[in-house]
Amino acid sequence: MSPLQVIFILVSAITLGAALMVVTTRNMVRAALWLVLTLFGVAILFVLLEAGFFAVAQVIIYIGAIAILMIFAIMLTRRIAHDPGPQINATWPIAAVIALVVFGLIVFFVQGWGKAASQPAPFPAGFDPLRELGVALVSANQYLIPFEIASILLLAALIGAIVIAWDKK
Amino acid sequence: MADPVTFIGQWLESILVGWGLSSAWISVIMGALGVLVLGGGVLLVDIFLVWVERKVVARFQDRLGPNRLGPFGLFQPIADVIKLLLKENITPQGADKFVYNLAPILALATVIILWAVIPLSVTVVGSTINVGALYIVAVGAIGTLAIIMAGWASNNKYALLGAFRMVAQMISYEVPMVIAILIPVILAKSMSLADIVASQSVWYIVLAPIAAVVFLIGAQAELGRAPFDLSEAESEIVAGFHIEYTGMKFGLFYAGELLHALTFGGLFATFFLGGWRGWGAETYPILGIGYFFVKAMFMYWVIMWIKYSFPRVRIDQMLNFCWKFLTPLILTVLSITAILDKLMSGVPYWIYVLVMLFSNLVILYFVYQAVGRYARKERQKVADPEKVQVNFRVRSSTPSQAS
Repeated sequence: MSPLQVIFILVSAITLGAALMVVTTRNMVRAALWLVLTLFGVAILFVLLEAGFFAVAQVIIYIGAIAILMIFAIMLTRRIAHDPGPQINATWPIAAVIALVVFGLIVFFVQGWGKAASQPAPFPAGFDPLRELGVALVSANQYLIPFEIASILLLAALIGAIVIAWDKK
Repeated sequence: MADPVTFIGQWLESILVGWGLSSAWISVIMGALGVLVLGGGVLLVDIFLVWVERKVVARFQDRLGPNRLGPFGLFQPIADVIKLLLKENITPQGADKFVYNLAPILALATVIILWAVIPLSVTVVGSTINVGALYIVAVGAIGTLAIIMAGWASNNKYALLGAFRMVAQMISYEVPMVIAILIPVILAKSMSLADIVASQSVWYIVLAPIAAVVFLIGAQAELGRAPFDLSEAESEIVAGFHIEYTGMKFGLFYAGELLHALTFGGLFATFFLGGWRGWGAETYPILGIGYFFVKAMFMYWVIMWIKYSFPRVRIDQMLNFCWKFLTPLILTVLSITAILDKLMSGVPYWIYVLVMLFSNLVILYFVYQAVGRYARKERQKVADPEKVQVNFRVRSSTPSQAS
């Protein structure tokens, strides 16, 4: 086994275990912290795929922004920190069957794909994936319009936040 | 022996090759060794920093500082460490034990892993990832998490309040600080810290003085040091997020704070003072480590100088200063730098440097005018009691809403 595979198996096990803890633990703040560990595991998987930018973006956006916002929301409402209700409802057998079927399908298709066991090919010399991504986001025949639409959406969200928080006198 | 670190590395690698290990495992072992050496070295520096901090603050306050144990009191930190280790470890009632114990470890660890991307010399770089500048931001986010964990798990209202204040401050000041980091990135056209240092034939503090100052202010706020030490304002919330921690657990927070200050000094040196660059540093990489630490220590001293000279600001002043002054200012500087950089592709480098410096000075002049007008307006309010409106409503500037 190559060291990459050892690290991959370890990180995947931690990620999946943490994801399981997110939905089973009864303490909401702890669930959020387990979610942070899950997201961090995904970031490490990005690193293993040599996608450094995605790994860093994953940590900044999901841990630095979303997870901290969630923890804040839970902390500021202390009474919901403990969830005493039942954790599963009557439809859990159907959900389990669907989850198993989806998992089986994924395994089946990945087996059929044939490239799942191959190592990631190294980048050619002088190839900077970050630069390629940056150019792709602003060149007109690639992703300029989706990028601008996303920017406008974010701007609208910003203005909306200001309007909600506006102190009308 | 111009480059002992690389030499030792190659020697160890040749031994491992002699044992017949595959190249993939050798790189893993060498990487792990590198982490141990760098992390251990940084922690050793950290013990020494306790002495530096106490000695410097003593000078600022016209005292002598530690001077009994060893020459110049140099062995004082070792006695401090023994004391901290012998102290009783108290876990408060109702605390979340696991999170409570994890928080100080995470607080120190996030500072140490920042050193992974800082180039210490032309050959001694932990990791040359091409997103080094963003990596620093990402690690800062995990540091914020450590403080939330400490504040929440302590089961103490003061700790929680301190954590809220600290996080509001860190999230707010992250914005101007990250944009200030973007300006060296634009100038070097790379996010890799090694490239940023390598392209500083003229230090970036000349090309982008405003960004450097904003980065320093942001660093001061990220560190939670005075004038931004609201998170541990003794008169208001006793000690902030680490109020319940005793012994070595408190020691880890304290060591983390000191090391964080040196790390920000190192980052300032990397982004704006040319990192390891200096006379002969390219031919003798060992000199580069020396230059880097001299610059980092100087910036650490500046951070201490500010900390021990300024009074604490109020929380509304702290947030207003960030959102209404620093953020618009640094956004203006960023846009002007980006436009000028695009316009001046192809001109000689000395003209480029002079134009950048001049544009910064022009912005500084307008900022000075605007700040002067604002100050006159504020003074007018005080001088003219007729127009003063007494407003007893609590302003909506609590940290939770601001974040």
